[in-house]
Amino acid sequence: MIEAPDLSLAALAPLLFVFGAACIGVLVEAFAPRDVRHPVQVAVALVGTGGGFVSTLVYAATQDLSAGGEITAAGALAVDKAGLFLQATVAGLATLAMLLFAERGLDPARSAFVAAAAVPAGSPRDRELATATRVQTEVYPLALFAVGGMMVFVTANDLLIMFVALEVLSLPLYLISGLARRRRLLSQEAAVKYFLLGAFASAFFLYGLALVYGATGTIRLGEIREAVGEDGGGTLVVLGLALLVVGLLFKASVAPFHSWTPDVYQGAPTPVTAFMAACTKVAAFGAILRLLYVAFGTEEWTWRPLIYGVAIVSMIVGAVLGLTQTDLKRMLAYSSIAHAGFLLTGVLGLGADGEGSGLAATMFYLLTYGLTTLGAFAVLTLVRDGDGEASHLSQWAGLAARSPLTAAVMGLFLLALAGIPLTAGFTGKFAVFRAAIEEGAWPLVLVAVLASAVAAFFYLRVIVLMYFSPPAADGPTVGVPGIPTTVVLAVTAAATLALGILPGAVLDLAERAAIFVG
Amino acid sequence: MSDFPFLVAMIAVPAVGAAAVAALPRGRELLAKQLALGVSLVVLVLAALAAVAFDTGGDRFQLTTSVAWIPDFGVDFALGVDGIALVMLLLVGLLVPLVIGASWEDGAPGAGTVPEAGTEARSMRFFFAWLLLLEAFMVGVFAATDIFLFYVFFEAMLVPMYFLIGSFGGPRRQYAAVKFFLYSLVGGLIMLAAVIGLYVVSTSELGEGTFAFDALRQLDIDPGVQKLLFLGFFVAFAIKAPLVPLHTWLPDSAAEAPIGGAVLLVGILDKVGTFGFLRYCLPLFPDASRFFAPMVLVLAVVGVLYAALLAMGQSDMKRLVAYTSISHFGFIALGIFAFTTEAATGAVLYMVNHGIATGLLFLVVGMLIARGGSRQIGDYGGVAAQAPKLAAVFLIAGLASLALPGTNSFVSEFLVLIGSFPERPVYAIVATAGIVLAALYILLMYQRTMHGPARGVVAPPAGDGPASGPAGTVDEPGGGGATAVLTAPARAAVRFTDLSRREIAVVAPLVVLILVLGVHPQPLLDIIEPAVTATLSDLGATR
Repeated sequence: MIEAPDLSLAALAPLLFVFGAACIGVLVEAFAPRDVRHPVQVAVALVGTGGGFVSTLVYAATQDLSAGGEITAAGALAVDKAGLFLQATVAGLATLAMLLFAERGLDPARSAFVAAAAVPAGSPRDRELATATRVQTEVYPLALFAVGGMMVFVTANDLLIMFVALEVLSLPLYLISGLARRRRLLSQEAAVKYFLLGAFASAFFLYGLALVYGATGTIRLGEIREAVGEDGGGTLVVLGLALLVVGLLFKASVAPFHSWTPDVYQGAPTPVTAFMAACTKVAAFGAILRLLYVAFGTEEWTWRPLIYGVAIVSMIVGAVLGLTQTDLKRMLAYSSIAHAGFLLTGVLGLGADGEGSGLAATMFYLLTYGLTTLGAFAVLTLVRDGDGEASHLSQWAGLAARSPLTAAVMGLFLLALAGIPLTAGFTGKFAVFRAAIEEGAWPLVLVAVLASAVAAFFYLRVIVLMYFSPPAADGPTVGVPGIPTTVVLAVTAAATLALGILPGAVLDLAERAAIFVG
Repeated sequence: MSDFPFLVAMIAVPAVGAAAVAALPRGRELLAKQLALGVSLVVLVLAALAAVAFDTGGDRFQLTTSVAWIPDFGVDFALGVDGIALVMLLLVGLLVPLVIGASWEDGAPGAGTVPEAGTEARSMRFFFAWLLLLEAFMVGVFAATDIFLFYVFFEAMLVPMYFLIGSFGGPRRQYAAVKFFLYSLVGGLIMLAAVIGLYVVSTSELGEGTFAFDALRQLDIDPGVQKLLFLGFFVAFAIKAPLVPLHTWLPDSAAEAPIGGAVLLVGILDKVGTFGFLRYCLPLFPDASRFFAPMVLVLAVVGVLYAALLAMGQSDMKRLVAYTSISHFGFIALGIFAFTTEAATGAVLYMVNHGIATGLLFLVVGMLIARGGSRQIGDYGGVAAQAPKLAAVFLIAGLASLALPGTNSFVSEFLVLIGSFPERPVYAIVATAGIVLAALYILLMYQRTMHGPARGVVAPPAGDGPASGPAGTVDEPGGGGATAVLTAPARAAVRFTDLSRREIAVVAPLVVLILVLGVHPQPLLDIIEPAVTATLSDLGATR
């Protein structure tokens, strides 16, 4: 008699929404007539991500989570409070990103995505298509699969599921990075780089998985914790742990595993960059937190120095190299690397026994950073010249005179990224720094505040350009955003201010959600 | 009456006013100015009423309000003033309307300076909106009794000032704005680490983390930890104050800021540094304060002399005034770290008097620059003959700045020196030399610009011989580059008009205060002294 594995459909509902929508999206791509395909795909994508978001919240609100959460799908998934918070964050940010994908008012060709990705860049057919208003919509189901992968990633309760989720989220990302309509070669280069380096990182993760399995005889996170706790960490466990962490740090774009980030952020279509910067970061850090605390919490002194060092490297690399950038997308990429370092200070703020405010602080930071960076990239899509987006710094000179509102919104996001009080960025930074100091990591926090000051310089430079420089003679135009981008900008800007001025409710939510099971 | 939430109103009114001014449609510049002036006058009235409601013999912190703000961090929106904070609030309330009045006719970028080529006139609506927002934050920073809240206002203040310098400043405004922001931000972030450290210490000592000043004051912190935390706060405040060697941002910022911004920068923002020494460094870290006092005193005295010498070497009037301020901040720091009631009371009074005297000096220099279009001392001469009232006010401001007996600054400088002499005779004696230097730099500037034959941009009276041309790019101290732009366009010499009614209305309150406080400082001392005594008793100082 074969027993079906236990499945809590309520706990899986968010995943079912997203993956279901992704599958429907594939069918729509195949069967719907071309002229209705775009609106239908957008609707399916929004229902999928929005449904995932809402069902996560409904599940969290209605279920009894006093035990922290439940383990379901034959022990493969741990739908716990922290997992739900991260799932909701991913789904919510993905909904906003889908709106950015759906924007048709900005590019004269009505879409940020290439009409036929397989046509060689620069060929006559490509030039013909570049100005055509034909819209290709495969990006929506691909992105939905990535979102689904991320949501599994943050709740994976065994290493194999974690690996599968890693691949499910990565492969579509490699593809959609190469779908830019303009500067296609740059975009394709980004996709290939991301794919090659990502494949290496996946291999590292897989190798680490094998070593840990060899040492402990299990791939369940909870059982690994027991096995390691009993026998102590042998060489195999330490090696395996290191390789697993490398694989995850790569996804989280933590230096020194960051080298793909600037190229991919620059080359990918900006809505995709926004999606990656916000959602992938959340997913990767969700997995890092779960792996380190659920599986290797008792091995604290093996990984703590490693994460400590990597955090410092990441903050310094991000802040210092960010200074030298002249392209806004690359600058935001280095900013993302620096923020990954700040996030790691929060990761270190969690005690081995799950005490300490590190988990809540890191999750709150992920939410604020995701919203702010999504908003910043959304502003980038507005500023355009004849050749698509004008992302070179010099082109932003005097933007405030040309479009005060755009400059004001961008200024808000930059101040938030710099961590100025009364913005969400400050609250997040304060939360992670507090968590780290509580765990005695004050030297790390000292490095972090100095790195923040260095990083503030390049955010300020953009404000200086926008506000204090005379406008360039033939500068870019600021497009009038359609409804989707307007919604994204309004939501992210409002949230950036609200989480800076009155963060109490959301902080409280993060605090209550800070429990892993498994 | 004393139940009215004065402090909340003093933050809310300018903040809402700032939003309203910014939201006015383009082209309603006059309405924007009137609204801004009205709002700032309301704040002045509120500050005055708060001072009336304040009971000098009562509790240490009065007019308190406290609402839970971020419960997860244990942060309260807690406001309250002691005598020190109260006099600073009065200064804020006084200076902002005057600054708005002084900026009334600025329409071009760089109030009173030569408009930079290629920049069109900027909308002054935003100038006044930023000014009001800055006022809200300045009130908040002095009124906060929760350290987290203090930090939030401390950092938030940077943003409006950054835009005031960057959008409305002189030719090197971009450089100055970024330098100002980064210096302050670095200090602020180090302080943030110390603030969190203090919170963690309170968690371990009290069982529950708190940012409330009154609770933190009673902690018994390990001396080693105290030293680290003290340094965290001290660096931030020493940059703000500024103390030598962390002062280099101030001359750039003050010189490039529009006059209104410069008055508030030197008159109020920098006082946050010395205010922070008194409010936070001394009571929270008494052992560390005593340990580091010799170091601070050395920096203070070096600052008094070094900045005075630099001031004498300046050819740019705004930079000169900025350096005089650094010298004066040395006196204030000396008074605070001498740990006697007289010296510290004198230091607080000095903070107020310096705001009034240097504020007036900056305003007058601004009026001079608005007429001549140059910041160089060498471009002026013989102004007194054409604008006697301007010259008279300039002289009063200058004499107040060099602490002539009879002016307000004399009382405070005297108190600082006489208060620190019994404890720290060497430092007091050396600092006294600063007074001599002060007479030199002020009188030399006054003499060169106001007396002698008309020269430079000052057109000689009709019938005299032809004027020598503007001084051009001569004597440019270490500026080079962009600063040279300032003097390069040969300005046509102009006849100087005397002070207008608006300008008289702006300077009159300050002139009156200089003279009144010079002979009758007692009301202020009555407010200040109990707070200073309480602060020093936290420190465990004997006198």
